[in-house]
Amino acid sequence: MKYLLIEDNQELAQAIATRMQLDGHVIDHATTNAEAQAFSQSGDYDLILLDIMLPDGDGTDFLQLHRASQRDTPIIVLTARSQVSDRVSMLDLGADDYITKPFDHAELQARCRAVLRRRVGATQTVITLGDVEFNPVTSHLTVAGNKVNLRNRELRLLELLINSPGQVFSKQKLFDRLFSYDDNASENAIEVYIGRLRKHLEPSSLTITTLRGMGYRLDER
Amino acid sequence: MSAELLHASVHASGSLRKRLAVALIGGAAILTLLFYFVIRNYATQIAQKGQDSILQASVTSILDAATIRNGVIELDIPYASFTMLGTATDDRVFYVIYQDDEVLSGYENLQPATLANPSDSVFQSTTFMQTPVRQVTAARSLAGVDSRARLTVSIAQTQDSLAGTLNDISRNTAWFGTGFFALAVLLSMWAISTTIGPLKRLADSVGRRGPQDLSPVAKPVPTEMAPLVSSLNSLMARLDKSLKQSEEFITEAAHRVRTPIATVRSHAEMTLQRVDKEDNRQALRSMIRAIDETSRAAGQLLDHAMITFRANQHEFQDVCLLQTTKETVQRLTPIADMKDVQLNLIGNTTISVPGDPILIQSAVRNLIDNALKYSPAESVIDIEVRHRPTLQIEVRDQGPGFPDNEMHTLTDRFARGSNAGHTIGSGLGLTIARDVAATHGAQLTIANNATGGACVTLSF
Repeated sequence: MKYLLIEDNQELAQAIATRMQLDGHVIDHATTNAEAQAFSQSGDYDLILLDIMLPDGDGTDFLQLHRASQRDTPIIVLTARSQVSDRVSMLDLGADDYITKPFDHAELQARCRAVLRRRVGATQTVITLGDVEFNPVTSHLTVAGNKVNLRNRELRLLELLINSPGQVFSKQKLFDRLFSYDDNASENAIEVYIGRLRKHLEPSSLTITTLRGMGYRLDER
Repeated sequence: MSAELLHASVHASGSLRKRLAVALIGGAAILTLLFYFVIRNYATQIAQKGQDSILQASVTSILDAATIRNGVIELDIPYASFTMLGTATDDRVFYVIYQDDEVLSGYENLQPATLANPSDSVFQSTTFMQTPVRQVTAARSLAGVDSRARLTVSIAQTQDSLAGTLNDISRNTAWFGTGFFALAVLLSMWAISTTIGPLKRLADSVGRRGPQDLSPVAKPVPTEMAPLVSSLNSLMARLDKSLKQSEEFITEAAHRVRTPIATVRSHAEMTLQRVDKEDNRQALRSMIRAIDETSRAAGQLLDHAMITFRANQHEFQDVCLLQTTKETVQRLTPIADMKDVQLNLIGNTTISVPGDPILIQSAVRNLIDNALKYSPAESVIDIEVRHRPTLQIEVRDQGPGFPDNEMHTLTDRFARGSNAGHTIGSGLGLTIARDVAATHGAQLTIANNATGGACVTLSF
């Protein structure tokens, strides 16, 4: 998926970008309104993440210009203000959603996914591995021609594994990606989700291998 | 700020109404008494003058009737001299006539007054035979061919008729006085209530205000009250300004804090993806938790400030509760998805409620947010909007519910349930919902479902 990140804080932008790349997305980064205009005109993005406070003007200017130019790339606004009225006006200006800083990366991902799902006609990114087709946006999994609907955590777990087949993920790492930091769940909950995924993938050529003491790995048979 | 706090105790010293009443009614009473005595005194003088002039005429007619012939005084008292003294009450008349120092005729023990000037008459009020009388004494020198004599006549008359007349006058004056007094009391009452009226109306209009309403008093007030109202307005303006300043300060502070926190959080999360050592991972997790606590508290404080501020504005419009709830549910669905929690919106009532849409949305969001935080994975949260018995929204979750003994304290600021455990929260969510409810005259009820889980109802 190709994202445009418009954020003037270098540190934050870098952290978000790195994290997005880790999830297998391509990120372009703009720091000013002008730069953002140039990027959005030249590239074809699936989604734009827009900081509302930019050095050369309010992010809402970009929003208005963008909508005026008939582009329908979905936009999620990143805001440090949490004034309720501010949020509403942002949605009025044509943002698809907003997220308040600081945010849980999983929440940002969830919001991106929700926005993309709403605009499903625009993006049809399907990951294919073996006889498995996986659409992370619609959370549809097609195993040997049969469609399966995944729950959110199963989807995120599969997304992690399928983006890096053959790589070993420790239980803790998976736990940190799947559960928020205030969940009362124990790491054993991961076994439940691995078990469910295994069941979904049973008829396919993919298999999840348990490496005792190390973690899990997605392999192609 | 709660409404009770605003009813500060007042050190009341005396009452304006009483002071005015005492001054006006007391003044009227003094004037009435004065009126009574002046009229009575004046009437007495006039009545006395009447009696005196008749007595004078009587004594003069007697003196004029006297002649001296061959050294002998001849006096034939004219009949009219006494008939002219006749009164309705048959006052008695006494007289004595002296020739020089010798009693010629009349009551010997009626003592004539000493005349300083022989040509003047002397009037005196005295008693004769234990009866108050008015007495006149006059003298005349008679000169014959070879003799001279001095004739002194004194006539006294009882005052029964005069006393009767005076009593009549006094009674009438007393009636007039009482009537005047009663009228004055009525006028005073009216004057007091028209004077106190604007004060009372001002107090009422300020008292009827909502706890957050700091707009200036715009109603016209009497000139004398203008300084008070202007000080009141300026006090409220200062209060409003300071409220706004603190609100702006919180907004600004939250904004300044949020971006760096976001940076720290993103980096911490990033690092957590790269670090393998469990000790370090644990430290990073604690860090992220602390960051979340901080940012949540900042956000909720800001929301709370926002509510205080907006409640002040009181800009109400018709809000469709179902529509607002629908938008909020849609907004929170991605977060619910992360825990595989289903938000189940029930209801089809399209009834609107007069209110501030942003405040109502904020309350609804906090209610659902709370339910989300305490819901176990893969559970369902029912959000029901209904209009029976009143328009209300009810949020039911399948979490641990509220501890029974803490229900009444949970809407307090920063209060959190003892079973909140590991869950991140600021303790402001229910406070915000409760404050929004208060602004709209609505009721926030917290309870537990029969089947377990919390059930929070906002009834308009």
